[in-house]
Amino acid sequence: MTLDPVLLSRLQFVWVVAWHILLPAFTVGLASYIAVMEGLHFATGQKIYLRISTFWIRVFSVSFGMGVVSGIVMPFQFGTNWSRWSFATANVLSPMLAYEGLTAFFLEAAFLGVLLFGRKLVPPWAHFFAALMVAAGTLLSTFWILSVNSWMQTPAGAEFVDGRFMPTDWTAIVFNPSFPTRFGHTVCGFYVTTGFVVLGVAAWYLRHQRAVAEARLMLSATLWLLLALVPLQLLLGDASGLVTRTYQPAKLAAIEARWETASRVPLTLFAIPDEAQATNHAAIDIPDLGSLILTHDPNGTVQGLKDFPREDWPPVAIPFFAFRLMVGIGTVMLLTVIGANLMRLGAGLYTRHWLLRTLELTAPLGFIAVLAGWVTTEVGRQPWTVYGLMRTADSVSPSLTGWNVLLSLAGYVLAYAVIYPGGLLVMARIISRGPGAPEVEEPVESGRPKGPVRGVPDARPDALPGGGTA
Amino acid sequence: MTANLMIDFVPVWTIILGLGVFFYVLLDGFDLGVGILYGFARDTNERNLMMNSVAPVWDGNETWLILGGVGLLAAFPLAFAIIIPAVYFPIALMLLALIFRGVAFEFRFRDAPHRGFWDHGFCYGSAIATFSQGIVLGAFIQGFQTDGRVFSGTSLDCFTPFSLTVGVSLLFGYALLGAGWLVLKTEGELQAWARRSGRIAFAGVGLAVLAVSAWTPLASPDIQARWFSWPNIVYLAPVPIVTALIAWGTYRALSDPQSEWGPFVGAVGLFVMSYFGIGISLFPMIVPHRFTLWEAASAPSTQAFLLVGTLFLLPVILVYTGWSYYVFRGKVRADVGYH
Repeated sequence: MTLDPVLLSRLQFVWVVAWHILLPAFTVGLASYIAVMEGLHFATGQKIYLRISTFWIRVFSVSFGMGVVSGIVMPFQFGTNWSRWSFATANVLSPMLAYEGLTAFFLEAAFLGVLLFGRKLVPPWAHFFAALMVAAGTLLSTFWILSVNSWMQTPAGAEFVDGRFMPTDWTAIVFNPSFPTRFGHTVCGFYVTTGFVVLGVAAWYLRHQRAVAEARLMLSATLWLLLALVPLQLLLGDASGLVTRTYQPAKLAAIEARWETASRVPLTLFAIPDEAQATNHAAIDIPDLGSLILTHDPNGTVQGLKDFPREDWPPVAIPFFAFRLMVGIGTVMLLTVIGANLMRLGAGLYTRHWLLRTLELTAPLGFIAVLAGWVTTEVGRQPWTVYGLMRTADSVSPSLTGWNVLLSLAGYVLAYAVIYPGGLLVMARIISRGPGAPEVEEPVESGRPKGPVRGVPDARPDALPGGGTA
Repeated sequence: MTANLMIDFVPVWTIILGLGVFFYVLLDGFDLGVGILYGFARDTNERNLMMNSVAPVWDGNETWLILGGVGLLAAFPLAFAIIIPAVYFPIALMLLALIFRGVAFEFRFRDAPHRGFWDHGFCYGSAIATFSQGIVLGAFIQGFQTDGRVFSGTSLDCFTPFSLTVGVSLLFGYALLGAGWLVLKTEGELQAWARRSGRIAFAGVGLAVLAVSAWTPLASPDIQARWFSWPNIVYLAPVPIVTALIAWGTYRALSDPQSEWGPFVGAVGLFVMSYFGIGISLFPMIVPHRFTLWEAASAPSTQAFLLVGTLFLLPVILVYTGWSYYVFRGKVRADVGYH
């Protein structure tokens, strides 16, 4: 078997991005949540907001640190594995990547230190300001990186000269056709993802009768917010679909497993797409609904894959199933949020065991939906890196051999197999200790077997320097 | 846009990128250096203080690495597309090492049962990241095999005796910066220990600077001509002389129990001079021995579009980053940070 550097580079990219995206999916929403709690504490002086904020800052610091280090990997992937793509697109995309660093990363990094460690060192307004800046940084970062991603999906404002893209109109580049809807859909998705985690954690506390006041506040406020955000997310998804139909019809055909161009197409709830035969097996169709949803017109025409040259087809089964997984989760979330809000009427919201248990179980759903949505849009973009203009196969670094990439991929697999379970464990411990827990859980012990150990503090947390609150 | 095409943005981008990379070397240099020394710390309390001395700022320091990488892509994309795949393994190794040492800050503190593992992660991660960066620098100075606009060598070409030597040199260099930082941020026994460690690192740096300074011109006739031809030898003579003076001052400061800022400032001075030395050797090449800054530059429109924001944002970044350093000024406190 020969090792294909293109395939392995793609696998490596999938591996490092898929794990990375889980962190912004959580920290973008959490940064805003913390900023709101810090703001409420600053405005009202009520300690409950401070306890909630301090608690989530601990979770945030772990996930954000992981997001930073897994994020630094990304721009270097462009150079190590995708140098042809980097060279071809640099004139257009590199300023946006640089602006992400200049407007977002430095802002987050500088104010994160103050947010985590500076509560005793700066006045309250400055601490609140730091929380706001961290939240703003996460959103700015999302803005720029999605602009880059969207340009690769729907390139605009540039011309292709001598194997390179040359910029002609920066506004058209930054605000390319798929960017506004993608940005809205992604940020809303991140907020919803975080919201369900907060719901799940609050429900767990309520079910165990711990931190009840904090948990009730978290649960109630988040449920109101999600009552607006989940339906909004469905609308933004619909808008994204319309953009895809206009600019990436082959992707839409793959998502819907449509082989023939037709009007009044059905909505295929389930099928087993067969790319070799260009047909679906075991399809469950609802007549006409496909046209209505995809074109907002029951008579609307949807292009089929057979309209496109075979070498330009994306894989069909992966986007088809990933999309259905995402929409399915969206539906479950909508029903959960509406159902839970209705429980307010009977005052059973905070006490019904089965409801709290449901909210715990739905907590991780957002992450799966984010990954499914990302798979849908990225696999649907294939076989292109820059849609319709530059092929994935022509983007890889020419000097790479298969075993080069296999070796580095093994390194990334091993590293993430250690730090992700490690991070999850650490966050689970923070959550299980709850809001209001002392900062220090265990005595500081020798971490390194060699060398004499002196000055090890007393085993009791409250005897540590600083008394265990931060 | 036509007006922009008349302006040559390459000099200003050379300065911005040069400053960006230097800030990275300096800032992450000292916190990686603290990580390297961390492995030799004598007890847990000292390790706590050492980690806390960089905990609030390491993330911002590492951000300069992203700016360096992305800045190279933005200003000189041809250099990025040739150099980064050529140093495939050192970069991958550096990233993996940075992952472990980065998460170690939180994990060591919050995952007590595996504290020993994360202690090692912090120390070895810092050392391996530093060593990898040294290999990248060494390979960069030696140059890369190219064919047209692509790197045409193999992913193992970057491992040479020279690049490995530079890797070891950088370990001592960052350790010296880290020791200078610790002298500044700690007191008492730990500070005295940092001075002693700094003197060991200083000896390594001295040997490394001499070795690399001799090796580089021997290996490259161009660089030899740059330094030793008449009249260059006169104009450039101040570089080794000033370096020697700074080295003498640094050693004095490391030995003087009263000097708080001296070791760090001296170490920074040595890095400034080494950086100048590399710059003088290689200018105006950005892919050494192959492509000049101008040949590798991105489109003027690209450089202009990014320059507008950068000239505004960089000063702002320096102000608020400076403020965050100011917040955590003075000796590292036992009640601030992880403990």
